[in-house]
Amino acid sequence: MNTPNNPAPSYTGVAKSLHWLMALLLLGLLALGFYMSDLPLSPRKLQLYSWHKWAGVTVFLLVLIRLGWRLMHRPPALPAHMPPLLRMAAHAGHALLYVLMVAIPLSGWLMSSAKGFQTVWFGVLPIPDLLSKDPALGELLQSVHFSLNLLFIAVLAGHVGAALKHHFIDRDDILVRMLPAIGTETSP
Amino acid sequence: MKIRTALPLIWTLATALPLTASAVEYQQIQADKSEITFAYQQMGVNMNGRFRQFSAQLRFDPADPASAQATVDVNLGSIDTGSSEADGEVKGKDWLNIAAFPGARFVSSGIKALGGDRYEITGQLSIKGQSRAISVPLTVVAQGNQAVFEGTFNFKRADFAIGEGVWADFGTVANEIQVRFRMLASGT
Repeated sequence: MNTPNNPAPSYTGVAKSLHWLMALLLLGLLALGFYMSDLPLSPRKLQLYSWHKWAGVTVFLLVLIRLGWRLMHRPPALPAHMPPLLRMAAHAGHALLYVLMVAIPLSGWLMSSAKGFQTVWFGVLPIPDLLSKDPALGELLQSVHFSLNLLFIAVLAGHVGAALKHHFIDRDDILVRMLPAIGTETSP
Repeated sequence: MKIRTALPLIWTLATALPLTASAVEYQQIQADKSEITFAYQQMGVNMNGRFRQFSAQLRFDPADPASAQATVDVNLGSIDTGSSEADGEVKGKDWLNIAAFPGARFVSSGIKALGGDRYEITGQLSIKGQSRAISVPLTVVAQGNQAVFEGTFNFKRADFAIGEGVWADFGTVANEIQVRFRMLASGT
């Protein structure tokens, strides 16, 4: 058992699964989001928007689960060789990723409501509209949703770049400890 | 007031009331206090819109509903779906084709009193060159010189070739369209 004062050497299986599942979903959502917004109106476009919104709600729920899991399971410590400034940058980057993973789906949901399109999860579960229809507010939230995503892409690039730098330049276990364990589990 | 003197007054009022009611014939629709809205499902999401321009010719005497007549004309170009992109799309050839069919019309053929303030009006609904018999339950609530006509009916968009080509499939936009109307008419 891990106690909060005693970080584990590796991430838990749940943490790894959530990380990679969300990585896949988020990359898919980003690509779909950019692709669909330029399409002319068609049944396909309406479908893609709905799928994007359903996946967005799913990601929002997953990030809540992930935050809960993270609060109860302390992640492994950063490598000892890291200078204080980079440690701070790493923590700030991770915090920003979490903030954006919460804020982006929220902005998308609010944008949909303001534009007058309710979100109905998988076409079955209606998510209440927090905002009533307001086209001007909808436009504003659209640029908020867009800008947050640009920021997200920048932070993601930093996240991936940092992981690769740790693996190939620093040659530490930062990347490997997030990979699925294939019989290489370090014993406590 | 003594009962003896009050009785003739009550008698006068009781006989006069039905007479004044039958004297009113509702003819004039107040467009700014009336509305025609519609609702449908898109990807499982409830959507609604309205028509900004319509007119009605009406003859309705509560004392003689059988002789009532109604003709309602809707300017389809005044459609408001809630988004300008969709407004442009539904005016096009696949949907309402307003270049060829600018208006929708309902012409009543009969009205049946169902008791109380409830009635059923039957007639022909014509949209996009197609004509279908419909029957519409409605309520007529008189308030002095004015009356509110309120009702709801459903039709299938495929019956009027609304949504052809790629839109003919009901997977994105459902076949069922619900129309609600609330008309304020003044009497003469």
